[in-house]
Amino acid sequence: MQNFAYAIAPDISSASEAAAQGAQLVAGGTEILNWMRLGIVSADRVIDITRLPELSSIDRQGDEIRIGALATLNQIEGSDIVRQDAPVLSQACLLAASAQLRNRATIGGNVLQKTRCPYFRAEAATDDRMPWPCNKRVPGSGCSARDGYFNRAALFGATEACVATQPSDPAVALAALDAELDLVGPAGSRSIPVTRFHVTQSEAADLAQTRQGRRLLGGDVPETPDALIENRLMPGEIIVAYRFYVDTASRNSAYVKLRERESYEYAMASAAVCLDQSAGQVRQTRIALGSIAQKPWRLSRAEAALSGQTLDEERLTSVLVTAFSDAEPLPHQDYKVKVAQGAVRRALTKAGGSIQ
Amino acid sequence: MSDGINRRSLLKGSTAALGAAGAAALGSASAQAQDVPLLSGSSNVNTTMTLNSTSRSFAHEARVTLLDLLREQAGLPGTKKGCNEGACGACTVLLDGERINACMTLAATCDGRSVTTVEGLAAVDGTLHPVQRAFIEQDAFQCGYCTSGQVVSAVACINEGHAGSEEEIAEWMSGNICRCASYPQIIAAVQQAATEMED
Repeated sequence: MQNFAYAIAPDISSASEAAAQGAQLVAGGTEILNWMRLGIVSADRVIDITRLPELSSIDRQGDEIRIGALATLNQIEGSDIVRQDAPVLSQACLLAASAQLRNRATIGGNVLQKTRCPYFRAEAATDDRMPWPCNKRVPGSGCSARDGYFNRAALFGATEACVATQPSDPAVALAALDAELDLVGPAGSRSIPVTRFHVTQSEAADLAQTRQGRRLLGGDVPETPDALIENRLMPGEIIVAYRFYVDTASRNSAYVKLRERESYEYAMASAAVCLDQSAGQVRQTRIALGSIAQKPWRLSRAEAALSGQTLDEERLTSVLVTAFSDAEPLPHQDYKVKVAQGAVRRALTKAGGSIQ
Repeated sequence: MSDGINRRSLLKGSTAALGAAGAAALGSASAQAQDVPLLSGSSNVNTTMTLNSTSRSFAHEARVTLLDLLREQAGLPGTKKGCNEGACGACTVLLDGERINACMTLAATCDGRSVTTVEGLAAVDGTLHPVQRAFIEQDAFQCGYCTSGQVVSAVACINEGHAGSEEEIAEWMSGNICRCASYPQIIAAVQQAATEMED
């Protein structure tokens, strides 16, 4: 790791200003240290934002829960508020990493994780030292995962250029909770639904084109190659909090993570389910899947199809078949569709649903 | 060795020399840093922490992790470097009482905080911590490389109240990999120590 200048941010606006000038922000550090070691990012300046206590609280006001971006995964997992009113988020935080990492990793940084694709995570200080092609590392070089071994490849939204998935567990739970993400940046504050924060590879291509148009009109927007765009964060913007409303479905929610070992492993597929079921009938459900796209993948059509219906085996099977009818697994990864469907079934049951 | 020289004391000697050079470099860097704008930062920093109950100060490069600082500057090689990427848990230490991976923590971020390593667990008179004793009694290691991380992690696991059952211990100790696969003995040791520490 190259040396860098280190400073502690006294407030959010100076951190934002430094980030807009190209400084890297560090909170838990559990991703960025590895990025710097592998050569994924290089930084001349690293700004420590951990001493901003106003960003770490977990509060409930009325029916709204607000989680500060510096809350650690273990703080969220152990929060009585979250356990009671949004168990899906507590469970997703618990299953996200080891106890040691969860004491460091913050919910703000967690959703900014990069793909666990091993071809992407090659150690190469400079582009010419990359041992194999990866469009996220060297745009235009190609995609090794497409013909290689990577069982966490996308089922939805991928392109010829990239099949990466977003590995965050909490992001999937937040998507199922319909959470809003609060941002502060050089242009002020804004909020965005968690479901719109990350982008798939094909959405990234569209976004790159829109930005190109805005630049031609004199707009000050970054020029980033498609494969490098993973979310809608603008230069200098900082995630400060997440907010979501508590409802019957959030109180009856669950997270299921399917992976190659029982604990401390990234998901092959995961499912977050919020379920309001009464007398056998689904009143409302929200379903999000993880590690099958470069964003938490909501099953909106399936949610609508199950609403007002009984949760019987035949209906669920048909709804899940339809939900995955446009999935595009890599040729040797058809099984991932079944794994993802299984995650949804298990999460529905874990959330208290009884499948007739 | 009869002459008192071994690999570790040689390494320690050379590290101390480097530390002095680092401190000299720091002096000039902080003198220059006075006119530059807010948050320009410094590439050489001073970090003061309570390390195993003693206040210690270190001058070091900003990029130095807590793990490297402990092993190379603080003279505490008990904390091990396994994967250096947060995957194995061999570098587990307590930061303000919470277990963390020292390899994933910049030393500079520990300024003003308290760090406990495996060397800080035994009593001053050398009496081992109940977790250390339990690991010996249950034979909870083979090669021993992961053991200091396992022991520190187990201390936190018990203090957190996550040693209630074999399943709970397995889940909450999953951040410590043992490639000799002493897992059944490790779980037994955590259970034994948890029972003793309750009494």
